[in-house]
Amino acid sequence: MNISDLLQSIKNLFQPVPEKQAESRTSDPAPPQTAVTAELELDPAAADDTPPSHAQLHINVGYGLSTGKQRNHNEDAYFTLTTTFTYNENELPVGLYIIADGMGGHRNGEIASELAIRTVAEYVLKEIYSPLMSRDPKPSEYSFQEVFQLAIEEANHEIIQNSYGGGTTLTAVLIVGDQMTIAHVGDSRIYQIDEEGTLEALTRDHSLVKRLQELGQITSDEAAVHPQRNVLYRALGQGEPFEPELISSPRPSSGGLLVCSDGLWSIVPQKTLTEIIQAGLSTQQTCDRLIDAANLAGGPDNISAIYIEFSN
Amino acid sequence: MGAVYRAQDLRFNVKKIVAVKEMINQATDEDMRRTIIENFEREANILATVNHPAIPTIYDYFTLGARSYLVMEFIQGVNLETKLHEAGGPLDEEMVIGWAIALCDVLDYLHTQDPEPIIFRDVKPANILINKKNQITLVDFGIAKTFQTGAKGTMIGTEGYSPPEQYRGEATPKVDIYALGATLHHLLSGQDPRTEPPFTWDERPIREANPKVSSAAEAIVNTALAYNPSDRFASAADMRKALIGVAQQTGMLTEELSIAQATQYLQDQSHSPHWTFKCEDEIRGSASYHNGVIFIGSYDHNMYALDSSSGEFIWKYPARGGVVSKPAVHESRLFFGSVDRYIHAISIRNGKRVWRQSTEGAIYSSPCVAEGHLFVGSDDEYLHVINIINGREAWRTNLGARVRSSPIVISDLIYIGSENGEIHCYDFSGNIKWRTSSKRAVTASPYFHNNVIYISSMDSVLYAIDAQSGWVIWRYRMENGSISTPTAHDNYIYVGSTDGKLYCINIKSSKKVWDFQTENQVNSSPVVYKGAVYFCNTDGLIFSLDAQTGRLRWKYETGGPITGNPIIVNDTVYIGSTDHKLYALPA
Repeated sequence: MNISDLLQSIKNLFQPVPEKQAESRTSDPAPPQTAVTAELELDPAAADDTPPSHAQLHINVGYGLSTGKQRNHNEDAYFTLTTTFTYNENELPVGLYIIADGMGGHRNGEIASELAIRTVAEYVLKEIYSPLMSRDPKPSEYSFQEVFQLAIEEANHEIIQNSYGGGTTLTAVLIVGDQMTIAHVGDSRIYQIDEEGTLEALTRDHSLVKRLQELGQITSDEAAVHPQRNVLYRALGQGEPFEPELISSPRPSSGGLLVCSDGLWSIVPQKTLTEIIQAGLSTQQTCDRLIDAANLAGGPDNISAIYIEFSN
Repeated sequence: MGAVYRAQDLRFNVKKIVAVKEMINQATDEDMRRTIIENFEREANILATVNHPAIPTIYDYFTLGARSYLVMEFIQGVNLETKLHEAGGPLDEEMVIGWAIALCDVLDYLHTQDPEPIIFRDVKPANILINKKNQITLVDFGIAKTFQTGAKGTMIGTEGYSPPEQYRGEATPKVDIYALGATLHHLLSGQDPRTEPPFTWDERPIREANPKVSSAAEAIVNTALAYNPSDRFASAADMRKALIGVAQQTGMLTEELSIAQATQYLQDQSHSPHWTFKCEDEIRGSASYHNGVIFIGSYDHNMYALDSSSGEFIWKYPARGGVVSKPAVHESRLFFGSVDRYIHAISIRNGKRVWRQSTEGAIYSSPCVAEGHLFVGSDDEYLHVINIINGREAWRTNLGARVRSSPIVISDLIYIGSENGEIHCYDFSGNIKWRTSSKRAVTASPYFHNNVIYISSMDSVLYAIDAQSGWVIWRYRMENGSISTPTAHDNYIYVGSTDGKLYCINIKSSKKVWDFQTENQVNSSPVVYKGAVYFCNTDGLIFSLDAQTGRLRWKYETGGPITGNPIIVNDTVYIGSTDHKLYALPA
């Protein structure tokens, strides 16, 4: 047995699917090439396309919630989970961030938003996170988008059963390795923030007034004071059939994400959001400042925000 | 005023010919000069966003002192003014109506641009080029007119072809419709409007000058030339509709066709191959291009080398079985598999064999070269990794079923599908990184984009899979299985299916943007080139669609089903058909 065979058999010990392992072909007239294998392993500069970035990614997260100054109870809810572990010899960041903004009389709004968060988080963790943590890790039988779709359907069902008349927005982002998938219903938002601190909304508000604005029926000034400005055309728990918006794209390798309810984005001008983010504070300080800014501006609504920063 | 230069772009190693239009800024007032340059740059930017086969592509613009330059696609062709001059009299109605329909098509495209219609402002015979295939190109946008200043009585647009309202500085789509009417009047009557008193069309009916013209055609031209804009055709699309009606009446178009089809039909008439090359048996695979040479394998056992511009035979190399595998070019060698079970390595120069290596099954998979090695699948169920210098096998690995999918290698990882429905990712040492299962055979090949593998399966699903972990990001369900390899462009992914459709899917939301239904299986893999997507089906048709909208640009019928994939080089589509021929078609 030559060196390459030996190396191969050592590697084979660690194969998860031994019956389909690689084999050297000794029956061939040309003997296996030790030099070739070495050359392959020593020269990783094969990248003819953008190489995936796996160098020590750090995810820093700040989060916060405030009832605001004009309401006496809180209908916003949030969830954050940030983990990193090694998988298949690579570092694998996994993160799940959700914000839900409930609505409805009595306590129905807060029941709806909390139920939505719990149901979706539980579903995603069960379908995506737990299989990874099992002794024989394997991916879900569903795609990321399908997992979100099913989770939101279940959450919708739960809310209709348990929170009469309650409804909620739900905006979630799942990060697994280099990929990011967003699920979105309602008018909470996710912004992507580039290295200069510029914000770009990745989601579209499912609000009636926003739609009228998109169609050119009303101006942004009219929208700001429109009596129906809080009416959503897609929300969980409303009994109407709806499709969540699902968006998959490569995870930003630097910069960050801001997930927030309309208690932040509709109160604090985007310019101010940008200034606070550009100040270079820690993610938690940034998040606190964002919420302070909404309260300083009157705090008419509940405010929730999750600020996620990626760095290598 | 300026000139148009035929120029060569020296930044490219290959010979790239462009047209450079020079415009001289004659304004003396500094503010005026600046305004002119700003207008020029604004228009150049608008034009740069325009994408239509009948409009030259804008590559660049710049200003040097008093001269501004626009760098654009060089169009080979004769303008209609020259044609008129050569003919020495009116042109044939059928031909003119054909051009007019195509002109309405491009004007309609410009007039329906968002957020604002683009007005050409200077439709006249001199600005319409006709190439050898009878296709039109609209050149010299009104942009040039930005530079005409000062002199009293001059205006944007050319006198004689311009409508009354243009003298008041108005520019609406109706301006172009009028000017097209004036152009058609000139072409059909032979009377130059520049030498006649303005707005005297009523006094000079076309049929008086040229009785051969049909009254229907004359009526259309008269409508386009109405003094009041509101009396003209409402849009270029309406005028096109009317012209198609005439074409049908005169027997030029015999069938009842939709507008789009009719426009298409007329374009099809002129869509003929640059050349064809006939083998002795079917072509089922795809061609490769290298340095002016096309390489194509055939079921007649040969690998052919042909001159890409003339189709002339250079050499052939005989394998012992049919060749479906698309050859891989690396340095001076060509690599491909054959149904004879061998991987062949031959010299590009003369087609002489360098080495060959046997596998234990027929090879339909196409090889991929990376890091000094060749990666290829075989019906012996193995993925083979072969040293390209000497043909010796470095390693092989059993994938559990026949391997007809072609591997790709990205960042030290190998991706490939197999007939048992699995999609595999191996590292360079032959260790499995991940394996993802679909429910039926994976004959198509993986496509890599932004760290995601896109691959279709006979289980009717197009998969988007994280390239690092093998996890499925989304799945898109088609109406039937697919062996077509997807391709991505901008925000879209394109894939064919045995359900007869070409699908365009949003890469982020996995929602269908549009589909295009053909009448038979689309087993070929789509290719995107200059804003159009090209693919073939088993009816022997080659389609070219607008990549954004899915609108048919043209189609061309070969004599047998097509299973290979088109390749496009230098505006030429190369595709083999089971009618034994390789076609070189204009893109």
